[in-house]
Amino acid sequence: MIEMPRAADLKRPDRRTFLAGSAALVVAAAIPTGGRMARAASAVGPFAPNAFIRVGEDGKIVLVMRDVEMGQGIWTGASMLMAEELDVGLDQVTPDFAPPNEKLYANPIFGQQATGGSTSIRADWESLRKAAAIARAVLVEAAAKQWNVDPAACRVERGTVKHAASGKTASYASLVPVALTLPLPTDAPLKDRKDWTLIGTPQKRVDTSTKVNGKTVYGIDVQIPGMKIATVAMCPVLGGKVRHVDDAAARKLAGVVDVLKIENGVAVVGDHFWAAKQGLEALDIDWDLGPQAGLSQADIEKGHADASQAAGLVASKVGDPDAAIAGASVKLDAVYQLPFLAHAPMEPINCTVHVRPDGADVWCGTQVPTRAQGEAAKAAGLTPDQVTVHNHMIGGGFGRRLEAEYVGIAAAFAKQVSCPLKMVWTRETDIQHDRYRPFYFDRIAAGLDAGGQIVGWTHKTTGSSVMARWAPPGMRKDGIDPDAVECAEDPIYEIGSRKVSWVRHEPPGVITAWWRGVGPAHNIFVIESFIDELAHAAKQDPVAFRRPLLGKTPRALKVLELAAEKSGWGSPLPVGTGRGIMVQSAFGSFLSVVCEVQVTDGGQIRLRRITAAMDCGQAINPDSVRAQLEGGLIFGMTSALYSEITLDQGRVQQSNFNSYRMLRMNETPPVDVHIVESTEKPGGLGETGTAAAFPAIANAVFAASGKRLRRLPLAGGLASGA
Amino acid sequence: MLTLDINGEARQVEVPNDMPLLWVLRDVVGLMGTKFGCGIALCGCCTVHLDGEPVRSCLTAVSDAVGRKITTIEAIGGTPAGARIQKAWLDLEVVQCGYCQSGQIMSAAALLANNPSPSDVDIDTAMSGNICRCGTYPRIRAAIKHAATS
Repeated sequence: MIEMPRAADLKRPDRRTFLAGSAALVVAAAIPTGGRMARAASAVGPFAPNAFIRVGEDGKIVLVMRDVEMGQGIWTGASMLMAEELDVGLDQVTPDFAPPNEKLYANPIFGQQATGGSTSIRADWESLRKAAAIARAVLVEAAAKQWNVDPAACRVERGTVKHAASGKTASYASLVPVALTLPLPTDAPLKDRKDWTLIGTPQKRVDTSTKVNGKTVYGIDVQIPGMKIATVAMCPVLGGKVRHVDDAAARKLAGVVDVLKIENGVAVVGDHFWAAKQGLEALDIDWDLGPQAGLSQADIEKGHADASQAAGLVASKVGDPDAAIAGASVKLDAVYQLPFLAHAPMEPINCTVHVRPDGADVWCGTQVPTRAQGEAAKAAGLTPDQVTVHNHMIGGGFGRRLEAEYVGIAAAFAKQVSCPLKMVWTRETDIQHDRYRPFYFDRIAAGLDAGGQIVGWTHKTTGSSVMARWAPPGMRKDGIDPDAVECAEDPIYEIGSRKVSWVRHEPPGVITAWWRGVGPAHNIFVIESFIDELAHAAKQDPVAFRRPLLGKTPRALKVLELAAEKSGWGSPLPVGTGRGIMVQSAFGSFLSVVCEVQVTDGGQIRLRRITAAMDCGQAINPDSVRAQLEGGLIFGMTSALYSEITLDQGRVQQSNFNSYRMLRMNETPPVDVHIVESTEKPGGLGETGTAAAFPAIANAVFAASGKRLRRLPLAGGLASGA
Repeated sequence: MLTLDINGEARQVEVPNDMPLLWVLRDVVGLMGTKFGCGIALCGCCTVHLDGEPVRSCLTAVSDAVGRKITTIEAIGGTPAGARIQKAWLDLEVVQCGYCQSGQIMSAAALLANNPSPSDVDIDTAMSGNICRCGTYPRIRAAIKHAATS
C-alpha cells in the first residue's frame, strides 16, 4: 500500500476532507493498478504499472491526467511531477485525458473524480511522484537484470538507463518487454530535492503550442460525421416548463432539420448553428412559468436578511464573545452582502451526444467525467458503462463544469434523433440558465479595548449550501456546511473570544453552485474588510494592526510584510487614490495582496496597480504560480467591480457581456507577483487570487474615498451614494 | 453559391447571404479555430481578418466577405506579424485556457502589422474589444511589446 496524502494532512479542515475515512478515500489511497494495466492483457507493452503511466515499445510515454486542463496549467504541473521521478524530459511525455473511472482517477482529497477546489497539485504531489518512481524502479530493474548488474549502480538520463562501469545503455522503450515480466514493487523511494531537475524550475506549458494556432479541439469544436447542430431555449423563469410549442414557422426555414422538446426546454436542430438559432427565434413557445413567476431580487434579499435573524448553527466558539463585545470600549457591527454570480466561461456551455440503442458517446469538456457519464446515461435510459465520455480541453471552468446538467440536457434531446447532436448554448442561455454562486448575507461584530485590541468577534453567515446539494456526504454530522464557514471558523488572527455561526437559507428557484474561490472568496471578503474597519476604528495602520494578530501564522505574517514592502505601503499617493491590503490562508497557501485604486470625482473606481506576495509552499512551475495569481486576481477584480446576477419576475436580468460585463485590457493594471521561496508541501493556487481580490480592492476604495462598501459589486456603490 | 477566399484558398459555399461568417467558417467550412463567444461582437473571440483588417465574424454577413481575403487563426502564422505574435505568446506563456486566444492573436497581429511599435494606448485601443476570462491581459500587453521589439 502506497502512502497517499490523507485529508488529515491538509492545513485546515474544510470541504475537501468530506469523504475522509469513507470507502471512497480508502479506494483512492492506493495508486490504482486496475483497468488500464496492460501487463495482464498482453505481453507486448505498453508497460503500464499503474493508471497514470504507459511506456510504449515505440518509446512513447503517455501520462494519463487525473486532473482536467482548463487553463490552470495542471497538465504541465502533473507532467513535471511524473517526468521528474521517471527521469525523462518534459518534451518526452504526452499527457492524455483520463476516462471516467472513480476507482482509478478519484482525486484522493475529494474522494471523487473531480477537478476543483485548488486541490490538484496537493493531491498529485505525493501520489503521482510515487507512481512514476515505481515505474522507474521497474524499468531500471529490467535493465539491471539483463545486464546482470546491481540496479543501484544504474542511473537514468532522459529515459535511457545507463550503467557506467560496463558502459551499457538501454532506452525505456527497449526495456518494456522485460519490465512487463517483473513484479511491481509496492513502493519506491522519491528523489532527494537536490537531485530535482524539473520541479521548481520554469518550464514551458505542455498544452499551449496548439492554443495559438487554432488547432486545440475544445468540446465546442468536435466534428462527428453526420452530426447536426442544435441550440436550446429554456423557460425564462427559473424552474418553468414548456406547455406548448408552435414550430410551424421555424420548420419552414432553410437549414432547420427538426424541433425537439424536453420538459423544460426546446431545441432547434439545424445543419449549422445559424439555422438552429434562427429557428429558435421563430418558435412561439407557451411556457408554464411555474411558481417563481413573481420572484424579485427584493424577495431574495429580504429572504436572506430575515433568515439571518435566526441563531444558526455554531461552527466554532471560544470564550464569551457577546459579553466581551458588550463590555468593549469600541463596538463595531456591520452587514456584508455578496450577490449571485454566473461563471461565464469564454467557451459557452456545449455538449455533443450520439445516442444509439446499445450505448452513447459524449463529447464535451467536463471537470467531472463520471458525473457527465451518469447524467448522459440517466437521460438516455442507459447504464453508465454504456456511455463513453470523450473529455476535451476546457475553455474556462471556474466551477461551471463541475455541474453536468448540460450533459443530461444534451442527451435528452439527442436520444430523440438518430444522428450525433451538438448542442451549443447561446451566451444568453449560458448566463441565464447557469447555476449560480450563492448570495450571502453576513452579520459581523467586534469589540476593541482601549488599546485597540480585539476582545470579541462574532460572525454569522447566511446563504445557500452548495455542498448539501452537490456532495451531501461533505456536510458535517452537526449539519454545518464546511464550505460556508471555511476561513471564518478558524481565522488566521489570534482572537481570544469569538463565535462563528451559519444559517442555511435556500432561495426559491435558484440552484447554487461552486464558483472560483468557493467559501474562502466569500468569507475572506467579509473578514478582511472588517479587519480593515477595525484597524481604522483603532486608529491604526492596517498592516500594523494585523501584525500582532498573526503570531500563530508566521507564513501569513511574512507575505503580509512582503506585499507591504513591494507595494510601497505607506508611501505618498496622489489625492483620490488609495491602497488596500489583505492577507489570507486558503487552499493550502498564504497570500497577501495590496491593491491601489483611484476613485474619480464621479465615483468611478480605476485599478492602478496590484502587488501580491505568495507562499504556496514548493512551487512546481514558478511561472505558472505567477500566471495563476495574475489571472485569479483579474478574475476576482472583474467580479468585485461588476458582477451581479439579479432576478426580476423569476427571470435572470443579465444575458451577455453588456449586462454581465468583464474587466477589459484598458482597465487592467500591472500585476506584480512575488513568490516566497519555500520547501513546504505545495499549496493550491487557482482560486487564491480570486478570493484575495475582493477585500483588496474594497479596502483600497475606502482608503481612496473614505467610503466603506460592504456590498458587492463595488462599481456604482460610490456613484449612487450607497 | 458564394465563393470565398479563405486563407488563400477558394471555397464555394451554399449558404444564405446574411449568415454570419463565423458559422460559415465553423459549421460549413469546418475551420474550428475561430471561436464563438457572445454572438453580438462584445468579446472578440471570433475575430478574423478581411483584407488584413480585424473584424468580428459573428456579426459579419458572409456576403460582405465575398471578394475579400479572409484570414483566420489557422493561417495567421503565415504572415510576418502573425508569426511574431504567436511566438511572443509562447515565449511569454500568455495562454491559460486558450479559448479567447485565437481572437486575441488575430487582433494583436492586425495591430502589429499596421503599427510596428504600438504604445500602451495603441494596445488598449486595439485589444479592449477582446475579453479574456482567465485574465491574461498583462501578459498579452507584454507579449505585444515583445513581438514589436523581436
